[in-house]
Amino acid sequence: MNFERDSARAVGDKKLQSALINVTDRFRAARKRASDETPGWDDLRGRAREIKKHTIAHLDEYLLELERNVRKAGGRVHWARDAEEARNIIIDIARRNGVKSVVKSKSMATEEIGLNDGLEAAGIRAVETDLGEYIIQLAGEHPSHIIAPAIHKTRHDISELFAEKLGVPYMSEPQELTKVARERLRGEFLGAGMGVSGANFGVAETGTIVIVENEGNARLTTTVPPIHVALMGIEKLLPRFGDLSLFLPLLVRSATGQKTSTYISLITGPRRDADKDGPREFHLVLLDNGRSGILADRETRESLYCIRCGACLNNCPVYRKVGGHSYGWVYSGPIGTIINPQLMGIDRAPELPFASSLCGACRDVCPVKIDFPKVLLELRSKVVTRKEKTGQAAAIMEALSFRFWRAVVTHRRIYELALRLSRHAQRPWKRGGVLRSLPYPFSRWTDERDFPAVSETPFRERWRKIDRKGGPR
Amino acid sequence: MRANLFITCLVDTFFPQVGESMVGVLERLGVDVRFPVEQTCCGQPAFNSGYRADARSVAERFVSVFGEALSQGEGEESYVVCPSGSCTAMVKVFYKELFHNEPRILEKLRRITDRTYEFSEFLVEVVGKTDVGARYDGVVTYHDSCHLLRELGVKDAPRELISSVKGLEFREMPLHDSCCGFGGTFSIKFPKVSVSMLDEKLDSITGTGADTVVSSDMGCLMNIGGAISRRGIPVKVMHLAELLANTGKG
Repeated sequence: MNFERDSARAVGDKKLQSALINVTDRFRAARKRASDETPGWDDLRGRAREIKKHTIAHLDEYLLELERNVRKAGGRVHWARDAEEARNIIIDIARRNGVKSVVKSKSMATEEIGLNDGLEAAGIRAVETDLGEYIIQLAGEHPSHIIAPAIHKTRHDISELFAEKLGVPYMSEPQELTKVARERLRGEFLGAGMGVSGANFGVAETGTIVIVENEGNARLTTTVPPIHVALMGIEKLLPRFGDLSLFLPLLVRSATGQKTSTYISLITGPRRDADKDGPREFHLVLLDNGRSGILADRETRESLYCIRCGACLNNCPVYRKVGGHSYGWVYSGPIGTIINPQLMGIDRAPELPFASSLCGACRDVCPVKIDFPKVLLELRSKVVTRKEKTGQAAAIMEALSFRFWRAVVTHRRIYELALRLSRHAQRPWKRGGVLRSLPYPFSRWTDERDFPAVSETPFRERWRKIDRKGGPR
Repeated sequence: MRANLFITCLVDTFFPQVGESMVGVLERLGVDVRFPVEQTCCGQPAFNSGYRADARSVAERFVSVFGEALSQGEGEESYVVCPSGSCTAMVKVFYKELFHNEPRILEKLRRITDRTYEFSEFLVEVVGKTDVGARYDGVVTYHDSCHLLRELGVKDAPRELISSVKGLEFREMPLHDSCCGFGGTFSIKFPKVSVSMLDEKLDSITGTGADTVVSSDMGCLMNIGGAISRRGIPVKVMHLAELLANTGKG
């Protein structure tokens, strides 16, 4: 991954820029309206945070309770330590049942474990059934937003894609495009041997998996094929069924600004004897993949409170410019900057904790009040500690310059000397009171912005003239 | 009432006129202004870059310099006043993180943070003035500095101060609370992203038709001002203290 390179490319992509502004504006306004209309919104966020805090602190107990209750309802539970184990568990279920084709509803966790590629390598066809995901899959790309995976694509892009991949005539009306996708997908649902979904919540008390969606494809994925496999990150747990009355509105209003989503599926085990439909087997795969490592770190643990609403992306001024793909892995925006490095290993994403101006807009909208700036600052300090150990030249240079800066600013006389020296040192670059071009790395500022010149009389020198009162200060 | 100026290294080094304006406004309101000369920087650059040990050593020095200054009150109500939301937030919010394992420093720190105010907040909450007798003939828009707004929760104080200036027309910009793209080292780590955020901020400013943009942080203003001066945009860039220092007399 290379955030600097990819974000610079995204910033230069005019089409992407206008798509990002449109989408984030729309989501921002919708979330704002919904939260303004909800009495006590801020208290609800506070309560949700407390519940998540409690749940994550007692994750071991609640996970076992969930497992017991899923089993009691006739489902099977699998524990996956990492992405590979999770893939193998799902592929094994498919193979044992002779499944040739799988339908999938939207799930970031399946993106995280690279399930589609894994299934394909095992000779099993996987079809995404969420419209956005379907588009992304046809294009051979990855989602650029947690809840709106294809926001980087325009209507025109999609029309061309459908014409090329599906052999249909070029059509530009969203309704027509949706109709084409729906017709294709109906056949896939009916022919699939297995449906794979994610889970927005898992309720420990009842063993219920909750899926929130607007298209109905998740309902079909989890009810039409004879086998349903749900993949859930272990942090998505809620203790009690009643907690949903708080978390469902928080999730939906933060995500799309709807009062409620079109579909909410509550799935407790497979089909019962008296049921007319539903899968005959239900499997829940619980995914760790680095989460227990986050749990172990008190300072960053709150990263696990996230319910994946996407509000932090929509309200982030950086995401608004760079889009989802710049973050280099499954999760993007503020939540990506804190969980990608922790899930992948901080050495594999050392740039991400720095890919933020620490403005805090994300924290303001987060339904569980994750303190993003605090976690980012923690992670930055971890990155620095790791880098210093590697002994790379750039890391040493940076560390030395901070050591030097510290020596200057902890001694007033040296600081004042440094002020005088920089006054002289800047002269070759000074034009009309500002510095218009500076050597690297400051050129990264002066390429497009003037830099202020060090004052000929800094404040402390002026103070001596202002201070007529005399006496020691 | 005594105000110990925490002038910030940015103002000291690059924008001393902001410090002078601040002194002017405070003295006009009858505040006894002091400048603890031992001060340098609060340590935020190192803290934000992940260099906590360096930040701690600079911050510890800050705590001792300003602890000392506050103890010299001579019966007067004594405060620390700073022309930056960001540096104030460093002291009031982030020092707690930085020293969370050091109860001895935390104890000293608490006495300082209780008495530390950002300039606009100090005028409105402590001095109790929104009309400071300023006059400015122009159309002004205000950029919320992220740290003042979101770390310190100060939104209304600067607006009340601006709106009370005689002769001035205030126009709120769209995206007034959007980050300008500065973010300290963020602005040179990812310059393309930073400038792209700045572009949108500039559009937002110029869209109001204001001839002056005011903010409460020289970090934001050196970013916004750096592009305004490079591009020759006809908008003046001003710290709130500079705006309030104008009395229209001389």
